Amino acid sequence: MINIKDYEPITGSNTLDELYSLAEKLKGKRIQNINSTAVGGGVAEILTKMVPLLNQLGVAARWNVIKGDGKFFNITKKFHNALHGKTEIFSKEDFDYFIEVNRANLAELDLSDDIMFIHDPQPIALVEKKNEMKNSWLWRCHIDVTEAQKEVYEFLKTYIDSYDSCVFSAPAFSKKDLTIPQIMISPSIDPLSDKNKELPDEFTASIFEKHGIDLKRPVVTQISRFDYLKDPVGVIEVYKKVKKHNDCQLVLAGGGATDDPEGMQVLEEVRTAAGQDADIHILLLPPDDLQINALQRGSTILLQKSLKEGFGLTVSEALWKEKPVIASAVGGIPLQITHKYSGLLAYSIDGTAYYLKQLLNNPDYARQLGKNGKENVKNNFLITRHLKEYLLLFLSTSYREDITYF
Amino acid sequence: MPDFEFKTELHLVKLLGVKARNIQELLDNLQNVPLSSVYYHTHRFLKQHHFLSPEPPNDFAYWIKNTLNLKTLSEEIASIDTVKYESLKELRSEISGIISSCLEREKEFHNCQKGDEFHFMSCQTFVMPAGKKASDLKEFYEAMKTVDISSIYFHIFEAKLRLKRNENDFQAWLGEIGEKELARKLSNLDPYNMTLENLRKQILKILAVKI
Repeated sequence: MINIKDYEPITGSNTLDELYSLAEKLKGKRIQNINSTAVGGGVAEILTKMVPLLNQLGVAARWNVIKGDGKFFNITKKFHNALHGKTEIFSKEDFDYFIEVNRANLAELDLSDDIMFIHDPQPIALVEKKNEMKNSWLWRCHIDVTEAQKEVYEFLKTYIDSYDSCVFSAPAFSKKDLTIPQIMISPSIDPLSDKNKELPDEFTASIFEKHGIDLKRPVVTQISRFDYLKDPVGVIEVYKKVKKHNDCQLVLAGGGATDDPEGMQVLEEVRTAAGQDADIHILLLPPDDLQINALQRGSTILLQKSLKEGFGLTVSEALWKEKPVIASAVGGIPLQITHKYSGLLAYSIDGTAYYLKQLLNNPDYARQLGKNGKENVKNNFLITRHLKEYLLLFLSTSYREDITYF
Repeated sequence: MPDFEFKTELHLVKLLGVKARNIQELLDNLQNVPLSSVYYHTHRFLKQHHFLSPEPPNDFAYWIKNTLNLKTLSEEIASIDTVKYESLKELRSEISGIISSCLEREKEFHNCQKGDEFHFMSCQTFVMPAGKKASDLKEFYEAMKTVDISSIYFHIFEAKLRLKRNENDFQAWLGEIGEKELARKLSNLDPYNMTLENLRKQILKILAVKI
């Protein structure tokens, strides 16, 4: 298991000292995280890392999961889609059953910790117990709710307003009509995970060799699942425009469940668009973080030409490897890339092709962008910053002034 | 002789749920948001991107140029001499005045494209000891070499503008220990026009003369 001290060579000792000092101020406080699943998905992934790290810092943090049946999770899946802007039809029974399951969990869970940290909509109604418990309640929204369907948002809002504060991942996700403080805490990457840790050059080379990609020529890569929202066909158009002027190879790599009919359809369209071009490599990969890491490290330029993103952490992953990145200005990507400083932001196929040519023709400029990008990720998107902000969030339940002196 | 205790600061960012699509909305909201929001948007860039360049664009100037493409207005706001303002109220009034003049001049303004809106934020600040103290100039110089960049940021920027002190904390202490000339030299620095690491170097250079 990763130890908090393992981050010191990366972040420096000052960062860890800060974390210990903040944790010290939380002595005696008990914190309980609640979400809806122990494995799978980004929330479980981050809690798996965060809870042990908080405990290593001396914070009494724990994590519980609510129980629900298939019917409940079908309803919450519809909530999730509707919050993302997809139109879903709800019946009164859906809302009633959602509340019923939350109340059943209320009866089973011990909710007496000083700070209750509730993640995402599934357990949101547990807050009904707040008045009885007289403790602090925080709601963490991990979803992009910019285009949320009104019916579901209005339903959830009645609960959100009962919390002490809520947390969103990006400024655009904030809501004008909420009556409680809204905090911004962006997600983060773990520099010690298989996806991001340093790799021996030989390993990286072996992965490229395995897929028949020539490391001696420029490699342009997009890592993402085969999904319309990631616009892989658009990436091929970009490549074709650039290829007329610059020699390069294109890698489109990502996972895709074989039982996902839409994913298979996208993959088919990508294969058709690629035609017989031997320099286009379409890699449908099993979940293998080391392989993804190697593909990013060995590439010359990374693209993230998404049409929509939750936060788009693949951008931080690429920047952490000091790679120049061209990405669409959607979701949380503009937070990770300051245009022309730490990467390039594009809005169209033509724009992406224009910047790609620029970077292929100006390797020094590309190198500088990658360098600045890594520094930006080091300062703003590593798990240690995430931990610090969670600690500050917990402290904010006791200290509410604009400026607090310790 | 009083000791100098280096402090550092940590921010929790708050979203105000208020956004602007054009400069009229930017002006209207700027006049109504809390002053902590004015502070956040005129100083955040310094800290978050302190390694990048000596350019001191505040968030308003950055958005006006990169999203609305109003280069003249952006330059006018970016070149505000922040160091001369004693309070955030004055700073807000200066920025508002420049935007108002632009609105009178331009008459027409356009909305940014969807998704590129300016989102107003503010921050809650926690000030903590940075773990370093100095009881004389030599110790101060040595501590300055290694203290975290956030501490330099706190004593130079936050102390003066947000905590409404007349001078930055380094100047004040140097004055108290009788180093009036060093304090004067520090007061001549424009900290908004350099990266924080360069600021550290400049401070060390000024102090080195007396070490």
